[in-house]
Amino acid sequence: MTQKRTMAATLAAAVTLAGTAWGEGELNIYNWGNYTNPELIEKFEKEFDVKVNLDDYDSNEIMLAKVREGSSGYDIVVPSGYTVPIMIEQDLLAEVKPNEMENFGNVDPRWVDVYWDPGRNYTVPWLWGTTAFTVDTEVYDGDINTLALMFEPPQELSGRINMLNDMPEVINAALRYRGYERCNSNTDELRDVTELLMNAKQHWRTMDYATIEKLTSNDVDLSQTWNGAAMRAREQRPTLQYAYPKEGFAGWMDNAAVLKDAPNMENAKSFMNFMMAPENAALNSNFARYASGISGSEEFMIEELLDAPEIIIPEGAPEPDFVEPCAQEVTDLYNRIWTKLKQ
Amino acid sequence: MTDVTPQTATDARLAEARRQTMGAARRRRWQLLSPALLIIGLFGLFPLTITLVYSFLSPGSYGGVRWEFSTDAYVQFLFDRDIFDDTLSFSATYLNIFARSIGLALGATIGSLIIGFPTAYFIASKPANQRNLWLFLITLPFWVNLLIRTYAILLIIRDEGIINLSLIWTGLIDQPIGILYTDTAIFIGLIYSYLPFMVLPLYASLEKLDFRLVEAAYDLYASRLQVLRHVIVPMAKPGIVAGCILVFIPALGAYITPDLLGGGKQLMIGNLIALQFGGSRNWPFGAAAALILMVVVMVSLTVYVRYSGKEGNGRG
Repeated sequence: MTQKRTMAATLAAAVTLAGTAWGEGELNIYNWGNYTNPELIEKFEKEFDVKVNLDDYDSNEIMLAKVREGSSGYDIVVPSGYTVPIMIEQDLLAEVKPNEMENFGNVDPRWVDVYWDPGRNYTVPWLWGTTAFTVDTEVYDGDINTLALMFEPPQELSGRINMLNDMPEVINAALRYRGYERCNSNTDELRDVTELLMNAKQHWRTMDYATIEKLTSNDVDLSQTWNGAAMRAREQRPTLQYAYPKEGFAGWMDNAAVLKDAPNMENAKSFMNFMMAPENAALNSNFARYASGISGSEEFMIEELLDAPEIIIPEGAPEPDFVEPCAQEVTDLYNRIWTKLKQ
Repeated sequence: MTDVTPQTATDARLAEARRQTMGAARRRRWQLLSPALLIIGLFGLFPLTITLVYSFLSPGSYGGVRWEFSTDAYVQFLFDRDIFDDTLSFSATYLNIFARSIGLALGATIGSLIIGFPTAYFIASKPANQRNLWLFLITLPFWVNLLIRTYAILLIIRDEGIINLSLIWTGLIDQPIGILYTDTAIFIGLIYSYLPFMVLPLYASLEKLDFRLVEAAYDLYASRLQVLRHVIVPMAKPGIVAGCILVFIPALGAYITPDLLGGGKQLMIGNLIALQFGGSRNWPFGAAAALILMVVVMVSLTVYVRYSGKEGNGRG
């Protein structure tokens, strides 16, 4: 009997403890790894007197899988643009109406009517950037603004290339190089793209997300990468230059959103509003080296960011291409191309 | 039936009592077994059942499953649906990935055996009080996380790593030899990671080896090779079998090592399965691939153990 009572007491204690852990005065953020400025967290904690817990993921799919199971305990997630409509459709996000919040006026008008959340009823901009590639201009001194360097590389770059280990980014880049539509299900065009990729593969050394490390350790001289990563790599290897391929390159935006079953709804809303203040958005930019989409944040940015060639898209370069999520049939086709490429 | 003789009545009572004792014993046996059964059921059979069920469902959009029966996952493994006319044709894509993984795992097993056998023999031939030290040294790397050990290998064999830099410094080569991001790198990584799994069981059987038998063989004019083939190897057989199994299975499912050291250009089984639950959004196929892998391993193990067991008996 005593044993039972002790157990009951322990259980009760555990429940109380767990209760306090997720109670008031907390905010649980689930974000990409190495993507949240610790100073930002400290500032929010001080201003609102809450304890912030940070947890990280490395792909939208992993975040989605965890959140779909329900009662994840998280309040804030940071999905990429194409993941937002999926989450809205599956009823995972709370309609917190950032467009009626105090700081909404700071959001750059360019980022208000976005395809993933027209009018911003669910999300606020976190950071945005582009995906192209960066190349060592000492190794290759020709014109770098063409995707040919990845798919039909010159002699000096052959075998010195890292591609992202990312199905949509690689296949979309190949579609752009050939001038075909994204989210393509035209079989002739896909066959052509498959052939292009299969031939290009022999010139690639690796396919990996760890692009900064690959570049700075001289494992490769060209890597498909994101602009912020390219900037961080350049700081250690100054001869690197980020390319703006004339065939086009990808644009993306990650967005903060509140989960429908957020245990700390009020804190989460405060955080959304907090993130739209220019000085706070700038903290994230300074940390991750991407632009924030909040007007006026430039004033608070570190100097290196303001004139960084990775951030400022030059005149004459194409507009970044924000690709919408492809239909399942197209994803299935992409899967087969991808598996064939990597067999 | 009314005039039951005392004899049969006693018999019946006895039988009843026996039945009761046996019943009690059976109940007790089940009670004692229940923790083990619970664990096997909860952590073994239950997840496996989920995997099996999921492999026969349809993929949900954006991950997950739809509750519609489908054998597509298994069909997809061997056949490719033509994008033009929807006809099925044989496709070796996934078989190639499996074959590649099995080849790499086999190579790693053989490599570990070649390195592990002399090591284990060396330790077994040391005086008893020194053996523990040697075993300790073998298991020492295991105290470090696999990811970190793999990164350490990466730093050693990369173009600007210790091996290449020292070879260039000595003037033996003037260009770095590209070991990293090749199959060789994967072999090195797998062998390094799983070598202790080979050495320990080998040592366990070699330790029991009666070295007088080796001496006797020499006395009978056996050459060194003959001693190895006819005396040492047969006696180490249980260790060889156990070691090979312990290296082969984790090497086959290896995920981090091929990804980091192989450069991620080619899928291994582990990566293929992981991809289905991530970017490919096809959980049923991932579940099916995992089950196919399990069946392949189970069948090959059964064949291997039976075959090697028989041979061992024949010699003994």
